[in-house]
Amino acid sequence: MRVDDNARPTGQSEAVPDEGGQARKAASRGVVWRSPSALIGGVLVAFMVVLAIAGPLIWGEAAERIDAGAILQGTSAEHPLGTDNLGRDLLARVLVAGRYSLALALAATLIGAVLGTVLGALPSVLPRRGARLVTGLVNALVAFPGLLLAMFTAVIAGLGARGAVLGIGVAIAPGFARLTQTLAASVAGADYVAAARMLGVPRRRILARHILPNIAEPLILTLAQSLGGALLGLAGMSFLGLGVQPPDFDWGRLLFDGFARIYVHPEVALGPAALVALAGIGFNLLGDTLARAAARSSAGRQESARTEPPRAEGEPDPDAVLEVRDLTVSFPGDSTPVRGLSLTMAPGEIVGLVGESGSGKSLTAAAIGGLVPYPGTVTYGRLRLGGADIAGMSGKELGTALAMVFQDPMASLNPALRVGGQLSEVAVVHQGMSRADARRRAVDRLGHVHLPDPAKQAGQHPHELSGGMRQRAVIAMGLMGEPRLIIADEPTTALDVTVQRQILKLLREVVEETGAALLFISHDIAVVGELCDRVVVMYAGRVVEELPADRLAAGAAHPYTRALIASLPDLDTDRSRPLAGIPGTQPAPAQVGVGCAFAARCALATERCRTERPELVVHGPHRRVACWEVTS
Amino acid sequence: MTDPRTDARPPETPPEIPAGAPAARPARTADRTAVRRALRMAVRRIVRFAVSLAVLLTASFAMIHLIPGDPVRASLGPAAPIELVQQRTAALGLDRPLPEQFVTYVGGVLTGDFGTSFLTGEPVSEVIAARLPNTLTLALLATAMALIVAVPLGMWAAVRTENGRNRGTEVTFGTVTGAAVAVPEFLYSIALVAVLAVGLGWFPPAGKDGPLTYVLPVLALSIGSIAMIARITRVETLRELGTDYVRLARAKRLPALRLHLRHVLPNTLTATLTMGGLLLTSLIAGSVLVEYVFAWPGLGQKIVESITQKDYPVAQGVILVYGAIVLVVNLVVDLVLGALDPTSEIKEVAA
Repeated sequence: MRVDDNARPTGQSEAVPDEGGQARKAASRGVVWRSPSALIGGVLVAFMVVLAIAGPLIWGEAAERIDAGAILQGTSAEHPLGTDNLGRDLLARVLVAGRYSLALALAATLIGAVLGTVLGALPSVLPRRGARLVTGLVNALVAFPGLLLAMFTAVIAGLGARGAVLGIGVAIAPGFARLTQTLAASVAGADYVAAARMLGVPRRRILARHILPNIAEPLILTLAQSLGGALLGLAGMSFLGLGVQPPDFDWGRLLFDGFARIYVHPEVALGPAALVALAGIGFNLLGDTLARAAARSSAGRQESARTEPPRAEGEPDPDAVLEVRDLTVSFPGDSTPVRGLSLTMAPGEIVGLVGESGSGKSLTAAAIGGLVPYPGTVTYGRLRLGGADIAGMSGKELGTALAMVFQDPMASLNPALRVGGQLSEVAVVHQGMSRADARRRAVDRLGHVHLPDPAKQAGQHPHELSGGMRQRAVIAMGLMGEPRLIIADEPTTALDVTVQRQILKLLREVVEETGAALLFISHDIAVVGELCDRVVVMYAGRVVEELPADRLAAGAAHPYTRALIASLPDLDTDRSRPLAGIPGTQPAPAQVGVGCAFAARCALATERCRTERPELVVHGPHRRVACWEVTS
Repeated sequence: MTDPRTDARPPETPPEIPAGAPAARPARTADRTAVRRALRMAVRRIVRFAVSLAVLLTASFAMIHLIPGDPVRASLGPAAPIELVQQRTAALGLDRPLPEQFVTYVGGVLTGDFGTSFLTGEPVSEVIAARLPNTLTLALLATAMALIVAVPLGMWAAVRTENGRNRGTEVTFGTVTGAAVAVPEFLYSIALVAVLAVGLGWFPPAGKDGPLTYVLPVLALSIGSIAMIARITRVETLRELGTDYVRLARAKRLPALRLHLRHVLPNTLTATLTMGGLLLTSLIAGSVLVEYVFAWPGLGQKIVESITQKDYPVAQGVILVYGAIVLVVNLVVDLVLGALDPTSEIKEVAA
């Protein structure tokens, strides 16, 4: 599986070749525009525009020059695309027809845009019943193929350019109507508009600063894309003989004429066909690019992570279930959310990994499980599970020895598959069990985690189970193998308090029974203190303190741990006063400086804290801490 | 970075039990509620369908009356004697009061009488009966072809380009499908005829006569859709690959094939099937032009012919049939989705 590849220690950068240098950082939008589809689209559309302006000026005369001696010819040096029934040069006619084709498409798009915008805005001014009628009509029309709408309109409006333009306009309108409806509803009701209004920002300014920028982009995008659609639609109508009629000609009409001769001279049809196709491709690619540029966030391109793999020191601990030395997870852009983390767990031990969001605790779990997402690089000095190097373990071994439980039980079960099937596949795939045996074991495991009617729940889909039942099922899934280590990443955060208790109790039971170690990740230091044997506190990617859970309340040494505990409300907390918190915020993974990462928020911080990073050192029995104030 | 105050203490208000709450009730009630909800949704969709059908019927009736001037005169030409025009008008009932005409028209349509062709005197219903199967065959074959090719292609592209790896593949895929989507069916048709039929002579250029004649029309009709569906499948698959349950499935170390086919594919099917349905309707429209190019004896060829020749009853009837097909397909897609996807009802309520 590919996931394994990037979870292995690499040390080398799997980076994208550096092509843009520093300019790249500044111009994330430029990246969109430098893609080949943007380039092709831009060049094609520019070509079409130039053709529309210059074509008739240059070839206008040649396109109309009748030559009785050269009628209905195929390709020749003089006439690359042949001649028509009056001996007129078809290449010249194709090049000249661009202006008319584009002009008609523009007209149809504008008709469609105006019609659609009016239709889309109507519901907001009409009385409720009328509004619903218009909305219903728009919904019905949107579902209708545009070509049929166009034909219907063209029948009424009569054959010819006018009918075709009206028809395509009508075909485009429903899309605009739907867009206008959606935009009007979303933007006017947006919080920022309401906020601006409450702040007394003048209405004109609200319109200019808040509403227009937000709806202009989608509207212009749709215009650009509709233009391409209109061009193709008109070409189709003319090609069927329902659009432009002689003596006028657009690309569609030239196709119509050329198609009649396709068996003799295919090239006379292919010429205009190629131009229509190029125009369609150009507008579509450009439209895509515009849409992408609009949706592009500030996310830049990837850069290489420059981390040397640390070397393992000392001998591996044979008794440890999990042994992690110097685990580092880094992402392109000098972001290193986990920095040199070390952790050892004994069988049956419950270790709590606590820290604020963004402290790197979940990525630590992902790195141990080999689930760090792609641009991330994992390096470590040692990473051993049950005495074996994880990098050398097969999927089968890892799949049964390591169980993971994620935060949201709603999201961790596949909604399309039955619960029992998701459990039993572990046994079928990794343990070679028969389907029936695997299913029996799945039911047994579901019973083990106290689901009320395991046989029935095995046959149900996840959405038929409550949140607590789902989390039990996920735990049961981990118990299908013989887990040595269970990693539970905030397993109770999404559950309500009573269910939380039950799940914690279940986890403890499971540990007692199986002898597996449990790495319990949480931001809730109260729960951790209650459940765990040992607590590891992380801050900005590093372990800042390690201590037995029963010492948490009284013996925490690191100012950060103490602040976490102090911020817990208890029965004595004065409810009328705001909850105590830790002032400031944790630095982002890319912004951790040289000193102690907590220094900026620490009341005890000295100059040394800001310039020199404290190492994690032993501080009493089973305790380690990284703080100058405590250890020196 | 969140403020530790919001983060480092037990949640004060427990989050609501997520929307699976009915399951907490005794199971049978839950089942019944689900069935009732599904039925209610089905009824609502069918009502919507009926209303749309009524609108369509009115529109097709109105069409012939919205044509400026006298449609019979327009059809017979300026040289036709006035008696003939009057006689034809009377035969069509166009001289009756409008409400009466409407009742007659609706009654006729409901009993399968779509009027008669101006030009041939053939009953329109017979024209439709003879040609509809050919159009449907073409559209269905193209839809099947598009789904069979596009879904694996899109999934492959997603797996290969997940999280921004293999940028080359991503760029090529995006550019090629982006271009392929933009080219309309009739241009593919012309190109295929010119190259494979006229140039190389591998396939017959037109007509419907044996399996070989199906190849080019089906190809022309499906290329754009393949590109479109492959793009959508890629996006859907990427979304699925990022979900927690796929993460968990990876944590279980399932083999890649099993992971993708069993855990990812079923969840992308909803979107793909919806697309397949919408695709079928757009292919039916696209088939008009393709049929014209390949002289395929379907409805599309007929509608073009009837419009250019001002054979209004035929145009009216064919447009009505096209519209009805679109409505039926949309209804079926909705109903099938409602039955397939247990969560789509929630979306429906939310929408």
